[in-house]
Amino acid sequence: MSENGRPILELRDIWKKYGDFEAVRGVSFDVHKGQVLAIIGPSGCGKSTLLRCINALEEPSSGTVRLGDDVINYDNPGSLPKGRELALFRSRFGMVFQQFDLFQNKTVLENVMLGQVVVQRTPKDEAVTVARRFLARVGLSDFEDRMPKALSGGQQQRVAIARALALDPEVLLFDEVTSALDPELVGEVLVVMQDLAQEGATMILVTHEMAFAQDVADHVVFMDAGKVGVEGPPAEILVDPENERLKTFLARFHGETGKAGGLGST
Amino acid sequence: MYDWNWSMVIFGYVPLWLNGVLTTLAYAVGTVIGGLIIGVLCGLGLLAKRWYVTAPIHAYVELFRCTPVLVQIVWFFFALPIVIGVEIPAWLAAGIGLTLYMGCFATEIFRGGIISIDKGQWQAARAVGMTYPQMMWHVILPQAIRRMIPPFVNQSVIQFKNTALLYVVAVPDLMYTGYLVVSETYRPLEVYTGVAVAYFVLLYPLTQWAKRLEAKSDV
Repeated sequence: MSENGRPILELRDIWKKYGDFEAVRGVSFDVHKGQVLAIIGPSGCGKSTLLRCINALEEPSSGTVRLGDDVINYDNPGSLPKGRELALFRSRFGMVFQQFDLFQNKTVLENVMLGQVVVQRTPKDEAVTVARRFLARVGLSDFEDRMPKALSGGQQQRVAIARALALDPEVLLFDEVTSALDPELVGEVLVVMQDLAQEGATMILVTHEMAFAQDVADHVVFMDAGKVGVEGPPAEILVDPENERLKTFLARFHGETGKAGGLGST
Repeated sequence: MYDWNWSMVIFGYVPLWLNGVLTTLAYAVGTVIGGLIIGVLCGLGLLAKRWYVTAPIHAYVELFRCTPVLVQIVWFFFALPIVIGVEIPAWLAAGIGLTLYMGCFATEIFRGGIISIDKGQWQAARAVGMTYPQMMWHVILPQAIRRMIPPFVNQSVIQFKNTALLYVVAVPDLMYTGYLVVSETYRPLEVYTGVAVAYFVLLYPLTQWAKRLEAKSDV
């Protein structure tokens, strides 16, 4: 992880309003290449909305997002790029969703190939090779001809991760990716994510897995009512917080964090 | 005891009957295909979420859903030529009403099929970086079309039967042919029984097919 130099992703004063309701209220942060950022906070605090604002799945009401050399300034109305330009911007992020959302009309292999073929216009045989490589990486080589429905939740989510990786994204966005899984399936997904983090992937995770955040994240952002409440290294934020709201929030996860916490040691 | 005489009404008018069946089939197929094209275009238009596109389409759909198709056929046959001031061929005028009627239901079926696709599929396609047409073509439509087929076949069966209404504007379909044969033979019992049987034979396989499709799409 290089904290030096220019961050790969920069959010400045992001707001998202739905009518009178302010879901995200002026959030700013930087993410460096290879950094893992965890966003935690109570339900409805705006963390998922914020994540979707980063890759323009939701159009922020104002603020700026910079990815690499490209800046989108949402302060001017109509600043959202259109058509293929917007699509290509989104394809530079790999996003994984709570409900997996694999393409139901495609096989596992096709799910991982589709973005390459359609968006990046990679030749088919090359896309197959790449897709197989990432399926192997998430341990699902034997399942490439299955339809998504024929897989368990944990397997579907690993395919979804392979689908995101296949586009060689600059930043990975994980939106509560283990929340919809049966408890015994959570581990297999977290292991894949931990590997990615160790290999230097740039990741932003919205998560309720406090132990995992403590183990894997370099930086934790606690969001509260649409704003950044506190942020800092996981040891500071998750282990011994001073912020009262954060304390109350973390009390619900009592036992998951702390000195004995962490994946593999619980 | 009624003295049935089938040979007189059938064999005396073979070319006429044949023409009637073909005319009915032609109107059924033509207006279903025309309606389908209208349905796809208007259905896509309704997804555009721009009021100046959706408002006229909604007006069209409601207008044709809330007036009897018989009234529409008669209106297009007698009134349309006056309104536009151009003589249009009778067969076309009669077909326009039926086609637009089919189109309004096809629009609803098409739109309903598309919006029934889980929003996760849309967001995943966007997140991967697909443009709107790519998302529609590769992800949404293939799933939506499977769901549209059963209601569309059902509506086509109804449409097929509605072609019998063309008889009021003297289109020589199966029903009107029956009317002609009766006026010459005075044998309404045989003729209209035969007409009913002919519709049944043409439609029964279609409804059975629709049933099977529906059973399949439940899975």
